[in-house]
Amino acid sequence: MATDKQTKIRTKTQDGVTDVLVLVSHPMETGLRVDPKTKEKVPPHFIQKMSFFLDGKEVASSDLGTAVAKDPLIGIKLKGAKPGAKLKVTWSDNKGESASEETTIS
Amino acid sequence: MLDEIFLEDPVTQAPRRTFLRNTLATAVLVAVGGTGLLSPHRALAADWPKDAFTAKKLEDAVQALFGSGTLSPSASIKLKAPAQAENSAQVQIQVSAELPNVDAIAIFVEKNPSPLVAHASFSGAEGYFSARMKMAQTSDVVAVVKSGGKLYSARQNIKVTVGGCGG
Amino acid sequence: MKKIFLFMVVLGVFAATSPAAMADPTTDLKNFQSYFKKKFPTVPFDEYANGFYVLPGMGTYREQWMLYNEFPPLELGLAIGKKIWETPFKNDKTFASCFKNGGKNIAQGYPYWDEATQKVRTAEMDLNDCLKKNGEPEFTDLDKDQNTRVRLAELTAYFYSLSLGQRIKIDVSSLGAIKAYEEGKKYWWQRRGQLNFACANCHMDLAGKNFGGNQPLSAALGHTTAWPAQRLEWGRIETIHFRYMTCNSQIRAKSQKHGSEIYNNLQFYETYMSSGLPLTAPAMRN
Repeated sequence: MATDKQTKIRTKTQDGVTDVLVLVSHPMETGLRVDPKTKEKVPPHFIQKMSFFLDGKEVASSDLGTAVAKDPLIGIKLKGAKPGAKLKVTWSDNKGESASEETTIS
Repeated sequence: MLDEIFLEDPVTQAPRRTFLRNTLATAVLVAVGGTGLLSPHRALAADWPKDAFTAKKLEDAVQALFGSGTLSPSASIKLKAPAQAENSAQVQIQVSAELPNVDAIAIFVEKNPSPLVAHASFSGAEGYFSARMKMAQTSDVVAVVKSGGKLYSARQNIKVTVGGCGG
Repeated sequence: MKKIFLFMVVLGVFAATSPAAMADPTTDLKNFQSYFKKKFPTVPFDEYANGFYVLPGMGTYREQWMLYNEFPPLELGLAIGKKIWETPFKNDKTFASCFKNGGKNIAQGYPYWDEATQKVRTAEMDLNDCLKKNGEPEFTDLDKDQNTRVRLAELTAYFYSLSLGQRIKIDVSSLGAIKAYEEGKKYWWQRRGQLNFACANCHMDLAGKNFGGNQPLSAALGHTTAWPAQRLEWGRIETIHFRYMTCNSQIRAKSQKHGSEIYNNLQFYETYMSSGLPLTAPAMRN
């Protein structure tokens, strides 16, 4: 449970524009932080890629670095997305971990 | 046809085997490498722009990311970010590019050890990008927008006061 | 530290006066809440549930906080808390079976005076008790084991979220309750630590002031409505006792133990002082 990885998506459509917010539980370690217990630098561990697919077609793709905040929030906007359309978000990090989450546009 | 190639782990530089979906593109990438036939900005989807993310100066990061360094300041780029950050590790910025055909938006914190924070390219989504970021110190945040083959920019200062009765 | 002390002297920090020793809780409450009404006449009562963000001069923080709330990271911890709450025990019962109304709309009465044990009980204690009653291991070692404490904080946060918007209503009528209340009140008004501050100094006299440009001090009114809370500083949901502990260290005073009787009584007093305010827990804080 302590390493529970979650990818949450919120969408809100108003006047034909859909706000998409993605919140991921991820440490986004820079590699510079020193672990107070071990006194060693915690190795970098961060999301590198996050991609967005609307009804199977990629509409946006992002490259992220270590300066993105812990438990990152990433936002994009879509125009003309119909309520009920499928939105999929995938991400992968520098350790090869990845996730995929889907929701319907509301 | 190669259906697996060895890529370098962008951070540790250890070889990391990865299976790529599109074998043809893989072969092309291996053959072409850094000859510039593919612009660094639109390289194979699985590629992470390491040089851009490790560049120490804003200009170098922009150059590495977009293959060009010429930025035209534009009032059509709206930045929404605080003048004074409540917490330097959780600064939320929203970039709206009111320009036609926005291909990409990149966010930089000029005074961060590595200025590039994040970069998004669009193939259907609007010219808008928002992220929460870490700032090492008071700095300008710079948004660079690629539209119609040109690079536009906007900047805003964000004040960061370190120290807090953290406990 | 010296700078802070001088700053306080300049502001006449010793202005807030301790209520008369034997005033009853109802009178204390009236005085406590009207102190803030006078100090911040433009802040509507209910807004105090939103922390220092509502105080004058905090506009820039409030804006960031509101944007943040569109999708706050505490949603991640809250989801974990929900999962813990809903996962059945080995005997197939769930946490809901231990609480009135299945745990819904009851958190506004916490902490409460328990006549049977003659002690103040917090939500964390009742949640742990529920585990014990159902043959499950309790959350222990909360002072030192951050992971366990955070799991408990997330579970407690979810418990409170089931009462979102309910107005705080604490019963301080019995003799035992009044005694616990008085102990909490005494702690609140007592100066301590190297910095010689009382809770009242920072959270009444200096409420709304911003140390060093980025250390805003919250008003005590509404304090407990947000807890368990997630501070940007911590990046995780935490218990109110953990906040008491860190607050003590900030003024270089001895921290008490998580779950100690004195912290329970302090929480009892503090919560009563926010009577009538709506619960917003879990909430984002600085």
